[in-house]
Amino acid sequence: MVTKTSWGIGRIIIWIILIFLILLTLLPIWIVLKTALTPTKELFNNPGSLFPENPTLLNFKRVIGLVSREENVAAGGSGQSINFLLGIRNSFIFTSLVVVLQTFFSALAAYAFARLKFIGREVIFFLYLTALMIPGVILFIPNFILIKNLGWLDTYQGMIAPFALFSPFAIFFLRQFFLSIPKELEEAAKLDGASAFGTFWRIILPTSTTPIVTLVILTSLAMWNEYFWPWLIGKGENVRVLTVALSIFKSQTPQGAPDWSGLMAATFLSIIPMVILLLVLGRKVINSLQFSGLK
Amino acid sequence: MAISTRAEPKIGRSKSLLHRLFNQESITAYIFIFPSLVGFFAFIVLPMIRGIQISFTKWNLMRPPKFIGLENYKDAFTDPVFWNALKVTLEYVVLNIPLQTLIALFMAVMMDRVTKSEIVRGIFILPYLLSNVIVAMIWLWLLDPNLGFLNLLLQQFGIHKQAFFFSTTQGIPTIAAVNIWRHMGINALLFYAGIQGIPKTLYEAATIDGAGEWGMFRRITLPLLRPVTVFVLVTNVVGSFQVFDTISVTTGGGPIDATRVIVFYIVQNAFELTKFGYAAAMSVILFSILIVITLLQMRVLRGNSSDLSS
Repeated sequence: MVTKTSWGIGRIIIWIILIFLILLTLLPIWIVLKTALTPTKELFNNPGSLFPENPTLLNFKRVIGLVSREENVAAGGSGQSINFLLGIRNSFIFTSLVVVLQTFFSALAAYAFARLKFIGREVIFFLYLTALMIPGVILFIPNFILIKNLGWLDTYQGMIAPFALFSPFAIFFLRQFFLSIPKELEEAAKLDGASAFGTFWRIILPTSTTPIVTLVILTSLAMWNEYFWPWLIGKGENVRVLTVALSIFKSQTPQGAPDWSGLMAATFLSIIPMVILLLVLGRKVINSLQFSGLK
Repeated sequence: MAISTRAEPKIGRSKSLLHRLFNQESITAYIFIFPSLVGFFAFIVLPMIRGIQISFTKWNLMRPPKFIGLENYKDAFTDPVFWNALKVTLEYVVLNIPLQTLIALFMAVMMDRVTKSEIVRGIFILPYLLSNVIVAMIWLWLLDPNLGFLNLLLQQFGIHKQAFFFSTTQGIPTIAAVNIWRHMGINALLFYAGIQGIPKTLYEAATIDGAGEWGMFRRITLPLLRPVTVFVLVTNVVGSFQVFDTISVTTGGGPIDATRVIVFYIVQNAFELTKFGYAAAMSVILFSILIVITLLQMRVLRGNSSDLSS
């Protein structure tokens, strides 16, 4: 729309509200960083200030275990470190496994629904869509028992199983896009004797990079931030993802006087990947998130 | 987005059913949908049936489940903590949804009419990119009763320090506020995307007719945004009823039962008290409530129709 250049009272108020909302979003994150940079002993001196007086990286070093246990406790920590790099690695494995498998299997199914004729196509597709409306609360107890009986607690296969094979949103989203691809593209391939999978792999997928990138961004975000299921299935340190590691780290801090500078150092380290994502892929992320409303 | 099912030419009736089931195209299709079918049955359909089955049993996973009929449901209806959990959850939803939706709508209009800056949009969605756990940690510190930044700010204005998370009266409103902080930006973005789909000519015509911002919002934006609003409301309501992460990290259900929401209570019954049958019964009750609410919402808001087409 045309931006009006007149600066009425209303416009000034709107800008003040806008700036307030921006501050409301960014200030908390700044306070986290400030606290993380403040030596624990000085936390009580001037907690209301916006800048650390004697900034230190000690808190970051403590939470990732770069200082000795004694030094850590002396600085107000619980002696526990968060093993941040292991958490990042586990989150990365968990997220990439789900993203790759879910996208691939959903694309396969979406192609069948969009292009192939088979008995039950409409019925199965309709059933898949109703799965979009099923709240997770009814599913997690039986799913937990299933994973436990399979002996998959504290394993990646247990953590990814409910996400990897089936995503109604991904199937629906890709099917809508596949329907819009001109059929002529595939017909040429078929004349050359390409199989259905060959057509899918060499024609459909390369033509669909935009929606697939959108889907990959949405799924990555959801999985990277997932807490409930990995918390139920994968508390063991060797598979513990970052969200779970952070919450366990928090529950280990002394109850009376929590180790706030340590907690905030861990929190800020967890924020960094997302800020980087936003800085590097900002426009793509924003555009992808807009699509999540198409469900 | 409309769900279009393209009209396919009817397959010749002369061909036998067997042939139609087992021609090459069908076989390929079944292979293609096979992984998703396995996932659909193993992690959606069967668990739903299993969940209902388990709800009729007493089961601690150690010994075989014992069928006890409707006992768990009876227990739930006479369990004051269960009723309190429902009440607390409802309170959370009622505080969360209207405020969140209104703020998001307002932000969306600002993002459209005041500044289209992508940086502003990027800033607004940043909280949503952070996990519930991170967001909970941030606010646990900012709202700390002794050292929290917000409490110190309040003191500057002569207001006493507040307990926030750790108060029986402020616990749920605080958790609602924290979730609004995380979700207002993403919802605003969804509304913003919806607004971009409204034909600009409508606004131009309205401007010529002398309509103000508020008039245009009420007469054009709001009605034409209805499909997006329905989506945002339905997903947010269903999500809010299942709030868990924030509470798990911050209050753990306390003080007393003030923030013991329903999913938290279900999880405690299952995984701390190993009362899997009872937990499953409460899941089934919540599930039924959610299905009814979803259908009601779709009906009241007439989810499928945009006013543009009529």
